[in-house]
Amino acid sequence: MAAAVAQIRRIGLPRLIVHLSVLAIVLLWLFPTLGIFISALRDKDQLAVSGWWTALSTAHRTEVARLADPATQKQEGNLYVIAGNVWEAGDARTIDSFGTRIQEPAAVKAGETADLGEGETLQVNADGSYRYAKAEAFDGSRGRRIYLTVTTPPEFTFDNYRTVLNSEGIGRAFINSLTVAIPATIIPILVAAFAAYALSWMRFAGRTLMIAMVVGLIVVPLQMSLIPLLRMYNEIGTIFGVPSKTYAGIWLAHTAFGLPLAIYLLRNYMVGLPKEIIESARVDGASDFEIFVKIVLPLSFPALASFAIFQFLWVWNDLLVAMVFLGTTKDQIVLTGNLNALLGSRGGNWEILTASAFITIIVPLIVFFALQRYLVRGLLAGSVKGG
Amino acid sequence: MVGQIVSAVGVMIVGVLACIAYFWLSNKLLDMIFPVRDGDVMAASRSLRRRAIVRPWLFVGPALLVLVVYLVYPVIATLILSFYDRSGTQFVGISNYQWALNDREFRQSIFNNILWLAVVPAACTFFGLVIAVLTDRIWWGNIAKSLVFMPMAISFVGASVIWKFVYDYRAEGETQIGILNAIVQGLGGTPQVWIALPFWNNFFLMAILIWIQTGFAMVILSAALRGIPEETIEAAVIDGANGWQIFWKIMVPQIWGTIAVVWTTITILVLKVFDIVLTMTNGQWNTIVLANLMFDWMFRGGGDSGRSAAIAVIIMLAVTPIMVWNIRRANREMGGH
Repeated sequence: MAAAVAQIRRIGLPRLIVHLSVLAIVLLWLFPTLGIFISALRDKDQLAVSGWWTALSTAHRTEVARLADPATQKQEGNLYVIAGNVWEAGDARTIDSFGTRIQEPAAVKAGETADLGEGETLQVNADGSYRYAKAEAFDGSRGRRIYLTVTTPPEFTFDNYRTVLNSEGIGRAFINSLTVAIPATIIPILVAAFAAYALSWMRFAGRTLMIAMVVGLIVVPLQMSLIPLLRMYNEIGTIFGVPSKTYAGIWLAHTAFGLPLAIYLLRNYMVGLPKEIIESARVDGASDFEIFVKIVLPLSFPALASFAIFQFLWVWNDLLVAMVFLGTTKDQIVLTGNLNALLGSRGGNWEILTASAFITIIVPLIVFFALQRYLVRGLLAGSVKGG
Repeated sequence: MVGQIVSAVGVMIVGVLACIAYFWLSNKLLDMIFPVRDGDVMAASRSLRRRAIVRPWLFVGPALLVLVVYLVYPVIATLILSFYDRSGTQFVGISNYQWALNDREFRQSIFNNILWLAVVPAACTFFGLVIAVLTDRIWWGNIAKSLVFMPMAISFVGASVIWKFVYDYRAEGETQIGILNAIVQGLGGTPQVWIALPFWNNFFLMAILIWIQTGFAMVILSAALRGIPEETIEAAVIDGANGWQIFWKIMVPQIWGTIAVVWTTITILVLKVFDIVLTMTNGQWNTIVLANLMFDWMFRGGGDSGRSAAIAVIIMLAVTPIMVWNIRRANREMGGH
């Protein structure tokens, strides 16, 4: 293929265009996720008023402040002066410019003195301190309103994560998701591996029928199972006086929904193992159980790994099955369910949504980048050869 | 929390051990029931034959049981329930289906599902093919592929949050924090509430699934492209074909089978799409699809199992042709073994 590619390259598009278009596609694909990653780390007040792509630049914002009451004026020579700081103590924002009218909120640079006419002057410094002076005494009861253009340096923080992990229940949901996902990955692998071995290396009546059934069940929509299973779970719960929404229940449900693909993938792989190895082991008197455990299982590791990744991603990312078979209480809600609930209750609080989304997707992303090789292999085995 | 982790780990170990114990013990038991002793050749061979008959069922037993209880029985039960009333006690004939055909929401769902089916598989396959061809030709192609493939790992709910942020809306004139509206406003346009624009909002939801699934199409088509025999391309080059012609007349026809597989796989996924619509709009603004309508009726007003089941059956009918096709192909492949 390398030679063929080289030939197309010679006659096809100029390489630069190829590079640029791939770069554009990759950026387009990456941009939405990047928005979440960056936003989750931003200060929530900045996040609410500026786009995440401006996260690194300093933000300029117009704010309103009020000078101190005329009651605080002091006489200095022949001038009456009100002095102070527009910020409360500890505020580190810097002032760029100021103004006294809403139409011109940035008329004067910070540090300069504005002449307001009739001997009235106002000076506001970058740190917020000001000096407001007049030849006559100030009257009225309220301080003067001024407009400030404030510069805020980019601020990054882990506060959002702290908030969602503790008070929004994401920390607990993370544990719940693991509690669902790990057994729901291991159990179907075990069950499917034995079945796949029997379907590829043992002869029994109904084998062909069962393979056809497995292939058919791969595409059966989950929706077909939900109502009867929900009824069944509720009945079992009532008859035996046990809760109908349990972790064991959802493990079995996920096992069943993952099983057809698991059996299919593993059977395809096991059928391809060298016949000689298995037959010579049989001649040596090994039982099928021994052959399976000692020979076939170790040899099938790549296929087992592929399916394990699939199943883990599918269970971790599932929302529908968890909504039906698990409760929405704190000790049962999974990450996807919690995130969905937050979308409803915290619709506009992007600092909470982005941080929660990040925690929800980080585990699958780690699995994905660490084990991509097996994932691709599994996809190819499942799709190029079959359904 | 620590308690929960401990109990989860404990249950995990018990579950796995129980599984292993079942397989091991049942095999041991079988060997004990049909013993093979030296000397009595006839009895030994009889025992071996009986073992060979029983053992496969020990291996497939658990799988068969789970498949029947969780998939085969529910499919039949759902089919039956779709002819019963809301509580599943009174036979009502086809009236659930009649209701569906006249229901505004159901028609809307069918319309939207057809829209999704027309757009998403085609878009994913097209983009996947283009990216596969382009990335095969550059040295950092694998990195690019890996990044396009990445959304596959992200849950539909997570992807919905990501894209809801892209589509975020602030009133005109305010600083937009959603990138789409920021671009629109930057170009002088009016910011829109994208997910509430009737009809067009469907496409904004589809974009999410296309974003997720293009990587899948790309990976599979890329492997298929690499499997094309070099000679066919070389011959075309000698005959004076250009790159465009080679792509459409030599490469694409050779991977038709794979394109069909990618297309059908995404088609099945589209028919089941639920999470995206639930989290983005919950079916509001005319975005409802069959899977969401079905889920709604499962719980709406105490739940109507008849209507809900009827909708599930309709989804099932839509995937049945693909199912039959898959089984036939699998049977043909099995002929070789």
